[in-house]
Amino acid sequence: MSQYEEPQALNVAPGEPHNNIVSEVVAYVIGLGLALLLTGVSFWVASTTAIWGPGVATGLVVLAIAQMGVHLVFFLHITSGPDNTNNVLALAFGVMIVFLVMVGTIWIMGHMNANMGPTPEMANLMTQRG
Amino acid sequence: MSTQEAAIVGLTHHGSEDTGLGNRGPQSKSIVVPFGFWLFVLSDMVIFSALFATYASLVHATDGGPTTNELFDRGLVAVETVALLLSSFVCGLAMITAKRANMAWTQLWLVLTGVLGLVFLFIELYEFSSMIAEGAGPQRSAFLSAFFTLVGCHGLHVTCGLLWLGTMMAQIWSKGFQQHIIRRLLCFSIFWHALDIIWVAIFTIVYLIGTLT
Repeated sequence: MSQYEEPQALNVAPGEPHNNIVSEVVAYVIGLGLALLLTGVSFWVASTTAIWGPGVATGLVVLAIAQMGVHLVFFLHITSGPDNTNNVLALAFGVMIVFLVMVGTIWIMGHMNANMGPTPEMANLMTQRG
Repeated sequence: MSTQEAAIVGLTHHGSEDTGLGNRGPQSKSIVVPFGFWLFVLSDMVIFSALFATYASLVHATDGGPTTNELFDRGLVAVETVALLLSSFVCGLAMITAKRANMAWTQLWLVLTGVLGLVFLFIELYEFSSMIAEGAGPQRSAFLSAFFTLVGCHGLHVTCGLLWLGTMMAQIWSKGFQQHIIRRLLCFSIFWHALDIIWVAIFTIVYLIGTLT
């Protein structure tokens, strides 16, 4: 064990596994605190009238992405450490596929709905829009 | 260059021989197993992205039936969210004590993880059954089919996770903190944290954005 020195606290990324029980617990507590804070802000943003209405949905999505980041770093320990390169690359690929599937579908289906005008009965059959 | 400096630039990891960063053979099992499970979790998220895309396409296709604003109760969702988040947090504490082979604390945290997961699941089942009782079941409209598929799929994952949790508690109890048992527990914790990440997307996209006035 004396081969290397314990890395100093400042050299450890937030989610990096520590060998010290206190700093490990503290990392989880920080993650929990940030997640609760972001959840609370999400519920507040959704119910307040202080924010410009059309911007609320975008704000909620941004808050959700931020909270996912907190979970990834503090709970799943996805960091920039050398052991984590493969995990980060896999995550990047996963995020790309998720992005393509969701944005592609919403984009295309939104345009199809807008362009399905001529036969209302058929449009209703396709999408059950009342 | 000291070993620590080498670790910082990525040449070695605390002097371990099996980092896979040089010609030293494959990574150790404690790295490879979680990586493989991480790939499974990511592919699961890809499946969920398709369900989210379906839901987003069909959310207004109510066929004259109930809409998101009429159906969803933010209070219940807030309780569900906090229960699942705390469950995820306590699961992390269980991992910390499991690494130190502390049986009593590990079992206690795992029980708490399961109880909080059950709270989440019961609230979700209550919500589903009251919606179905109101005539807002999955066959009512395309929107409700998509809703029950997306949220139900997450609930099914939580149910499977709880069964897995029970199995892991029994294995730790009977086999002790052996290396392969710890790896299984690590995979479970990855699964459980990932479910919480998916829930963040569900409560934002389905419940909060669905109940904006």
